[in-house]
Amino acid sequence: MPALRPELRIIADWITPGSRVLDLGCGGGTLLAHLRDNRQVSGYGLEIDQAKIVQAVDKGVNVIQTDLDAGLTEFESNSFDYVVMSQTLQAVHYPERLLEEMLRVGREGIITFPNFGHWSCRLQLLFGHMPVTPSLPNTWYNTPNIHLCTLRDFEALCNEKAFHILERTVVDHAHQTSLPMRLLPNIMGEVALYRFQRR
Amino acid sequence: MPETIPADSVGLVKPQILAFDTPLALDCGRSLSSYELAYETYGELNADASNAILICHALSGDHHAAGYHSEEDRKAGWWESCIGPGKPIDTNHFFVVSSNNLGGCKGSTGPMSLNPEKNKPYGPDFPIVTVKDWVRSQARLADALGIKQWAAVIGGSLGGMQAMQWAIDFPDRLRHSVVIAAAPKLSAQNIGFNEVARQAIMSDPEFHQGHYYEHNVIPRRGLMLARMLGHITYLSDESMRSKFGRDLREGKLNFGFDVEFQVESYLRYQGQTFVEQFDANTYLLMTKALDYFDPAADYGNDLARALEQAKAQFLVISFTSDWRFASKRSREIVKALLDSKKDVSYSEIVAHHGHDAFLIPIPDYLDIFSSYMDRLKVGD
Repeated sequence: MPALRPELRIIADWITPGSRVLDLGCGGGTLLAHLRDNRQVSGYGLEIDQAKIVQAVDKGVNVIQTDLDAGLTEFESNSFDYVVMSQTLQAVHYPERLLEEMLRVGREGIITFPNFGHWSCRLQLLFGHMPVTPSLPNTWYNTPNIHLCTLRDFEALCNEKAFHILERTVVDHAHQTSLPMRLLPNIMGEVALYRFQRR
Repeated sequence: MPETIPADSVGLVKPQILAFDTPLALDCGRSLSSYELAYETYGELNADASNAILICHALSGDHHAAGYHSEEDRKAGWWESCIGPGKPIDTNHFFVVSSNNLGGCKGSTGPMSLNPEKNKPYGPDFPIVTVKDWVRSQARLADALGIKQWAAVIGGSLGGMQAMQWAIDFPDRLRHSVVIAAAPKLSAQNIGFNEVARQAIMSDPEFHQGHYYEHNVIPRRGLMLARMLGHITYLSDESMRSKFGRDLREGKLNFGFDVEFQVESYLRYQGQTFVEQFDANTYLLMTKALDYFDPAADYGNDLARALEQAKAQFLVISFTSDWRFASKRSREIVKALLDSKKDVSYSEIVAHHGHDAFLIPIPDYLDIFSSYMDRLKVGD
């Protein structure tokens, strides 16, 4: 079994063994396969890309071809313990609606996204360019990322929606954390991870 | 047969027939005191009979799903694209059983068979059979072949409906159910098309209330019309456009009612060849089985409740251009499986072939089908 992407390892550690998980944008099903094999977790992945769906099926993961922009209407309220969305929020058309859907369907939400407030983004904007960083490798004209935000933006939205943030971690693109990141997360953190629920 | 049998074909196959003497009670209230089932098998059953797969056929299909019947046979079985060595249903690993449904006209007991009580063919007196009846009869076939539990029951269209019914009615007798291009029940539009097909057959003067065998005729025009209509619903607007467009057979309009457009010629040909191969009474029965299929009906019209007792894992596949059983119908099945917390994977394959796509070797389709089947493979 290949090593889990460090970001996914953090997510996996947040998930209580034996729970039910819905993974939005599950890719090749790595997280769900890991959770199944190590934490007795059951659940489904949603993915739109055919090649990734085949990879997930190869791993024996339940995967449902779904366009997240169409919402989670096929899922009953409170049918999962966790709804996870890793590195996908910034690429969907209706992030606000999807976040609400996550907490309708699941007891807790777990989300990760690239922090647009990172110092290197700020610096590139200061010099008049759209940022290109290790966690945001695309240029403005070919990026799938259409809803970028900073930690502060995300937390403001959570506040507005009455979402309670249970846990927050910021890491760099190699998914290491450090003292400066903990002190100045919105400037030093490249990737943000949140666990949240309804207040 | 092609020049040489391709290496990825099961090759020459021989249909077999099994006779059953225990009466089979049918949903309609009648029963068949004895009956025969025609079937074919491909691959080898392993020692503990754990590698068996049941293939269920669609409306006009039969037990000849793969391979060739003779050296002269020009056409392989109807699911040659998916069954064979190295194919998604890999006969190097699986023992595949494909049977002709009761009421059929290709070897299993049906309207053309002799009615033992009357000493003449059943004709229209053959009882109306349902998907549930078929599943019961297939379970007896499994018993006879020594198969306690299928590794998978697989089918497309009406065959997919059987795969779903199997999981509901015999939860312990299959590990996987593969439901392709199917629907949880027919829509009014689906039933409407079936009704037009039936009316075409029944209003043919040579139908004789279904007793046409005794008159040594067949309701040729009616069955041909039914098939032509059906065929349109199996294709998509896009596939018909790319296949025929508005091409003219003679390159000009003749201002008459003979065949002018290529599509007319194609449909007539399809209809005419079908009439030679298929029985009108069977066609009527198959369309009725489709119309009646509604597994949720026994469970308060709640499909999720119907599927609750299923123990199988599911793979559901649909095709973008299928309008006969559109993707949203497959998603209804998926939703019910999600609501009943079943293991399910679902993929909507981009294809322009319409409903017929499930018969066509589309790479994305074969990929996901193969991946899923790979994980079913048991130790040799």
